[in-house]
Amino acid sequence: MALMPEIDRELCNGCGLCLAVCSCKALVLVDNVIVIMESEECDYCTQCEAVCPTGAISCPFEIVEES
Amino acid sequence: MSVDTDFLRSVAHFSGLGLAELRSIAKFVFEKSAQRDELIVEEAEPGEALYFVVSGAVKELKTSVEGKEQILRIIRRGESFNDVPALDGGPSLASAQAMGPVHLYGISRTDMGIILQEHPTVALNVTRVLGERVRYFVSLVEDLSFKPVIGRVAKLLLDYAEDGRGPRPRLTQRDMAAMIGTAREMVGRSLKTLEDAGTIRMERHRIVIQDKEALREAA
Repeated sequence: MALMPEIDRELCNGCGLCLAVCSCKALVLVDNVIVIMESEECDYCTQCEAVCPTGAISCPFEIVEES
Repeated sequence: MSVDTDFLRSVAHFSGLGLAELRSIAKFVFEKSAQRDELIVEEAEPGEALYFVVSGAVKELKTSVEGKEQILRIIRRGESFNDVPALDGGPSLASAQAMGPVHLYGISRTDMGIILQEHPTVALNVTRVLGERVRYFVSLVEDLSFKPVIGRVAKLLLDYAEDGRGPRPRLTQRDMAAMIGTAREMVGRSLKTLEDAGTIRMERHRIVIQDKEALREAA
């Protein structure tokens, strides 16, 4: 399975800003916490991380040289 | 608990010591584990111990009163943090936070004093470690003061990719921003500029350096 953005459930306050910016419709609010429902849809644009006011969403990158 | 003397041997502080010496130092070592985001050391608190990362990664950071973070270093296996407070008895200079599950070895300030007295080689090694640390921070200050953001991003990417010291934690754009003293948005723009120039390629969860020479010129 493709690596997904990471969500810290304790930091998520359910504000839904990430839902508004997610063009892939990969995010869903469940019990006032964001969950990534459909991994195939997420294209890792990192907009959800950019807009999150609490730092609950993280989109980490590996940094490599082209072989 | 059995302290791994092979690990101690690999740590710069204990370089050049024989097995007997490592075993005598091992008696002072305690183990500690931390989970992701757990604060191991808090800035300004009394510096009670020196820590070595056995597994995982720790970020050393300063936080402003407004909550803005500056990551000073990312500490990986075999490296140490909280050295200065453990040596001079002053408060911790920065906080240290686990980037994921970490396993640490620690030596208390008191015991470190005993070790330094009983093993002069360790004292010499510590001066070298601190000397390298000073060089690192002078370079960081230089970058923060004089380099444009895109140059700092380029240097960060180069340093990370060229670092042959073993597995490295993945970085978010927020982490990168905190490491180079800028806003997350500026990191994003710089990455876009570098990608548009063909210097890097942004893949799903990977930043691939395509043109290292161009990245060096940008750094």
